[in-house]
Amino acid sequence: MTIPFYVAPEQLVRDKAEFARKGIARGRSIVAVDYSGGVLLLGENPSTVLHKISEVYDRIAFAGVGKYNEFETLRKAGIRQADLMGYLYSRDDVTAMGLATAFAQTLGTIFTRDPKPFEVEVLIAEIPEDNGEHRLFRISYDGTLYDERNYVAIGGRAEQLTEALEELWHEGLSLEEAFAAGVEAFRRVEDRESEGWEAAVLEDTNGRRAFRRLDVEQFIGK
Amino acid sequence: MGPLPLDVPVPGASFSDLLELVGASPTFSVPEGANVPSAPEGTTVLALRYHNGVVMAGDRRATEGNLVAHRRIQKVFQADHYSAVAIAGTAGLAIDMVKLFQVELEHYEKIEGIRLSLEGKASFLARLVRGQLPMAFQGLVVVPLFAGYDERLEFGRVYSFDVVGGRYEEIDFGSTGSGSRLARSYLRTTYEDDMTGDDAAALAVQALVSASQEDTATGGPDLRRRIFPNVLRIDSDGVEELSDDVIAPIAESAMETIR
Repeated sequence: MTIPFYVAPEQLVRDKAEFARKGIARGRSIVAVDYSGGVLLLGENPSTVLHKISEVYDRIAFAGVGKYNEFETLRKAGIRQADLMGYLYSRDDVTAMGLATAFAQTLGTIFTRDPKPFEVEVLIAEIPEDNGEHRLFRISYDGTLYDERNYVAIGGRAEQLTEALEELWHEGLSLEEAFAAGVEAFRRVEDRESEGWEAAVLEDTNGRRAFRRLDVEQFIGK
Repeated sequence: MGPLPLDVPVPGASFSDLLELVGASPTFSVPEGANVPSAPEGTTVLALRYHNGVVMAGDRRATEGNLVAHRRIQKVFQADHYSAVAIAGTAGLAIDMVKLFQVELEHYEKIEGIRLSLEGKASFLARLVRGQLPMAFQGLVVVPLFAGYDERLEFGRVYSFDVVGGRYEEIDFGSTGSGSRLARSYLRTTYEDDMTGDDAAALAVQALVSASQEDTATGGPDLRRRIFPNVLRIDSDGVEELSDDVIAPIAESAMETIR
C-alpha cells in the first residue's frame, strides 16, 4: 500500500495561490470607473469576438480576467443564476450583492477542493434603480470578496492601475473623461501601445437593460 | 443566493432546459376525468405586415364563459428588441408562457452574445405551445401569435400557430382568438401591400373594432373608461408601443365609421 505524501495545508494553499497569481498575471487587466451617468468597464482586448466584459442582468455587468474558458464558465453560471432568480421571484430580487457572494462562494470552494484553482479574477458592477451609489465588487481566485468604491481594477496589474486611478479619478467625470482616465491609467502602468480596447457601460438612459457596448473608435480619437 | 449552479449538467443556451434541470419547469397535469376549472380567456389579437415592419394589436378583454373577467388585460407583449408576441386562450397559462419566452430570448442572447434569428424564436415558441398539448386536451388552450423584424432579411414577418404547436408564416396578416375570423375577414377586404406604419396601425385598430361588433368576447375601445387596444409597431429601430394618446383618435374615428 502506498502512503500519500503529507503536505502541510499552509504549503498547499501557498502553492495554489502562487500558481493562480502567475496565471492571472499573464492576462490583461480590466478597470471599472464610475462616471456621472453610470459605470464604465474598460480593458485591453485585441479580440473583437472573445469578450471579457458582458451583461449579466438588467443593471449588472460582469468582467473577468485570467483564463478565458474559466471566467467564461463563471460568466455563464452567473447569467443562469440571475435569470433563474429573476424568473422564479422578481427581476428586483436579482442584486449584485447576491451574485458577488455566489461567485465568491464558488471560487472559494474550487480553490480549496479542486487540485487546480481557477486562474481568474472577477468584477461585478451594478447601478441601483434608485440612483443610489454604484456597486463595484472584486472577487479574487480564492473567493475573497472586496467591496470597492468609485473605481476598481482586476488582473495582474490591478494594484498599479488602482494607484493610477487614485490620481486620475474625481467625482462627476463625464463618460469621455472616465474613458480617457482609464486609458491613461493603462498607459502609465503598461508602458506600451495597446493592441485594442474592449469597453462597455451600465447606463441609466438605456432603459431596463442598462448594459451597452461602446464603439471604442469614437472615444479613442478624442 | 447559494453558490452558482456550476455542477448541473450544462443546459446550453436554453433557459427552459435549465428550468427543467433544476426542477422548476412549469409542467403540470390535470388528473383524468377531473373537472377543469373555468379560467379567464383572452380573445382577439392580430398582426399585419407593412412596407418595412409589422404592427401587432390586441383588444383588452378577457372573458370567463359569458362574463367579462378583465377589462384591461394586456395580450400583446414585447418579446425582445425586435419581436413581439400576442396571446389568445387561457390567459393565466398564456401570460406565463410569454414570461418564459421573454426570459428564454434574453438568456440566449446573453449566453451566446448574439440574438436568435426570427425563425429560431418562432420555432422555440412553437415548442412551448406543443408543451401545452396535454392541457389543451383538458380544454385549457393557448394559441399565440408572433411577429417581428427579421434583422438578417430586413423585413417584418408574422407567424401564427395552432394548438398542437404547428407554426405557419403569414405573408400579409395573422389573427388568433375568438374574434379572429371576423378580424381576418375585415383585413382581407381592406389590407394593402406596402402600407405605411401609421396606416397599418389604424387598420389594426379598425379590424379589432370590426370584430368587437359581432363577437361579444372581443372588447371594443371603451371611450368612457378610456380603455384602448394595445398596439405595438416593430421595424428596424425595434419595438415601439403606441401610447393611448396616439391610439385614442384612431379608435374614436374607427368607432364613428362603423355601422
